[in-house]
Amino acid sequence: MSLELKQITKKFGSLLANDQIDLKVEKGEIHAILGENGAGKSTLMNIVYGLVKADSGSILVNGAKVEINEPADALKFGIGMVHQHFMLIPVFTVAENIVLGHEKTNRGILSLIDAKKRIKEIADEFKFDIDPDAVIEDLSVGLQQRVEIIRALIYDAKVLILDEPTAVLTPQETDELLNIMRTLKAKGTSIIFITHKLREVKEVADKITIIRLGKVVGMASPSTSQGELASMMVGREVDLIPNKSIKVPGKTILNISELNIFNLVGRNIVKQVSLEIRSGEILAIAGVQGNGQSEIARAIINLEQHVTGSIKINGEEIIGKTVRNSLDTGVAFIPESREIDGLIESFTIAENLILDTHDLPQFAKNKQLARTAINSSATSLVKEFDIRTQSIFDKALSLSGGNKQKVVLARELTRKVELVVASQPTRGLDVGSIEFVYERLLAERESNRAVLLISSELDEVVALADRIAVIYKGEIVGIVDAGVPREKLGLMMAGIAS
Amino acid sequence: MMNVVKNFRKNTLLPFVAFTFAFFIGGIIMVISDPIVMGQISSPGKFLTSAGSKIGNAYLAIFQGSIFDINLARGSGFIQGFYPLSETIVTATPLILCGLSVALAFRSGLFNIGAQGQFIFGAIAASYVGFTFNLNPILHVSLVLLVGIIFGGLYGGIVGILKAKTGAHEVIVTIMLNYIAALFVLWLLKTKLFLRPERLDPIAPQVNPSAQLPKLFGESLRIHSGIFIAIFATIFVAWLLQSSTLGFKFRAVGSNSNAARTAGISVPFVTTTTMFICGGLAGLGGAVHLIGTEYALGAGIAGSLGFDAITVALLGQATPIGTLFGALLFGALQTGGRTLLSNTGTSPDIVQVIQALIVLFIAAPTLMKSIFKIKENLNDKSMAAKGWNG
Repeated sequence: MSLELKQITKKFGSLLANDQIDLKVEKGEIHAILGENGAGKSTLMNIVYGLVKADSGSILVNGAKVEINEPADALKFGIGMVHQHFMLIPVFTVAENIVLGHEKTNRGILSLIDAKKRIKEIADEFKFDIDPDAVIEDLSVGLQQRVEIIRALIYDAKVLILDEPTAVLTPQETDELLNIMRTLKAKGTSIIFITHKLREVKEVADKITIIRLGKVVGMASPSTSQGELASMMVGREVDLIPNKSIKVPGKTILNISELNIFNLVGRNIVKQVSLEIRSGEILAIAGVQGNGQSEIARAIINLEQHVTGSIKINGEEIIGKTVRNSLDTGVAFIPESREIDGLIESFTIAENLILDTHDLPQFAKNKQLARTAINSSATSLVKEFDIRTQSIFDKALSLSGGNKQKVVLARELTRKVELVVASQPTRGLDVGSIEFVYERLLAERESNRAVLLISSELDEVVALADRIAVIYKGEIVGIVDAGVPREKLGLMMAGIAS
Repeated sequence: MMNVVKNFRKNTLLPFVAFTFAFFIGGIIMVISDPIVMGQISSPGKFLTSAGSKIGNAYLAIFQGSIFDINLARGSGFIQGFYPLSETIVTATPLILCGLSVALAFRSGLFNIGAQGQFIFGAIAASYVGFTFNLNPILHVSLVLLVGIIFGGLYGGIVGILKAKTGAHEVIVTIMLNYIAALFVLWLLKTKLFLRPERLDPIAPQVNPSAQLPKLFGESLRIHSGIFIAIFATIFVAWLLQSSTLGFKFRAVGSNSNAARTAGISVPFVTTTTMFICGGLAGLGGAVHLIGTEYALGAGIAGSLGFDAITVALLGQATPIGTLFGALLFGALQTGGRTLLSNTGTSPDIVQVIQALIVLFIAAPTLMKSIFKIKENLNDKSMAAKGWNG
């Protein structure tokens, strides 16, 4: 089956999310759609899947114009979609999730026999190791994704949309997914593969369409170089492999030993972690999201409640003290969700820049905010960190993701800093902002600060870190030098120590 | 400057639209509920005339009953014509202070349902100090106001401490403390300490003249200097929120407690301090009401003030100035409602309907936006729609 989009246009308020987009996907083809966050990829696919209605343009299936108003229509025309965030009910079994919305009953009682048989058939056909009676929450993320794929296939999807499918996978799981995509292709299924990861696109795609700011900016073949693809995607030359100077690390700044963190229900999230970071050194904790790395970062500024062991900054014990205490000891903290923990969106940029320092004598006179000093400091920070805004009195809400992150960086890095804790600092950012974050983190290393980088992006870890600690299920699998091969890091991220 | 104008428009547009709409629907309800007017529905001309005069007379009566009464002015002197306005302000004064208490809590992300109880404790303390001592008037009044603030503050502070230390939800705790306060005052009025000699019904002695707030325009108008205290409190809360470092912490926690905590602001500290100050404001309201209007503590001293205060804070969109005007509006509606029955025979309950409609429209900004196709973001704070932990 072939799918064709003609002149698809969609506006959200004043934002032109899709601007006259044309796209043609042939039978048995893997068609990659490459673009930065916010380029309009997801909007386009949501239109195809009937989740969003286009303002104008048409969708053609096998050359005939079709009307898709809701996902049920899309399924009817053989279009299936696996969302970036899975649409599964955690406490239901695989079979229950798959029949959801299409339940068959026998005298009023749910009958799963047929569904289970079909699931088995499909699982065997594609060599998925899936038990129809397994409960979703017990499955790994990779397996859950396969459940989503089975769900699309069981309703005869001939065109499968995969929205950023590798974002949540380990490198091994990613390789397996790419293999599954090849198998599907061989059996005649067309795949629309949405991503911003160049490596994967080159490996698996037959055709590549590049979208920038809602427009198709070009087509490319898999033989195009990564550099060319990146500059088409961003619209200018980019260099995401920064130059790092050779540095000899100095004295130990951060010393974590036998750290254990428990969540609210008492589960051990972080187990016996010991780490050391010295000045002028970047240590990365690499790992798939949700393996306890975020909690380690939060524990360093005392945001975690149930912690045992020891975290010392310059020899001073942190555990059991307040957030304020950690910040005063010289920790700069870049939280992983800037909209939740990093800034107050309804506050102005100037106010966000003094969230931590409004009590200092330079900004407070007689318990009253010294607006003049606050504003002039904000003005110079906006300049120094290149925060693109019309005014320091604009609300943080009005900023793009990259500029929000710059506000957080500007606030955190201009205190007295000994240790920078950066948790997923480039998540959701455009390439330009990623470059900026990399530069700032390396500048911190240059000025002999210790940097703890927490990231699930392998490229990022390899580009920035001096040493890499790989975490899996709350435990450090091993600490290796930055030069180690990616395959080895990938295996470690899956919990296999060398 | 442009920003100020824009903000002013943005902040007043929603209440204004809600207000107009509520009066419109209130008018329709008045007509529907009047059998005489409805009886004329078969002849549209007559029906429209009498419906129009019905609504017109009712709103005129509310105006006469709340702002200025020309008949009173003719009969007993121009200044007496403002007797209704004086009543409006007397009603609004404690409402402003309780409203500020609720509004300030809102801004720190807390839902203070407990203004009622805090008000009662302020009034209890004010009453005792008022009728027990005989001091220099300035000293006595200051002392009364101070104990009002302290007792109200402590009663609110309990909530803050409980929330900060144990995570107990302030809504549940304040509701329970309201019951406790209401029953406590009832019990207290039966004790020797408080029961007025030779009385059996629960009422405390009047406060001594030295503890009474001076009247502004002689004895015939009840308006007293408490309104200045309320205005001063409004300015204080506005300063606290906008200019002080403490208020910055309040707003930070109220807008996004996660980011505030991450930036080193202590959320338990903010919760506790806020509840002390909010309790103090409501307690001050109790003291002012007692020594300005009531003089004697009775079981029903608070009426439904604590709950009206929530409405008023909502109407003012949790801003101090907005709350001031919201309270004045509610004061006007309540006093105006009393003349509605005597002048036009319309049930004063219609006033409550209008109040309820205003709240409904304010609390549902999305509804208003869809009705009036208002494009701009009317109310991105939307205090009421945020829910308990919002």
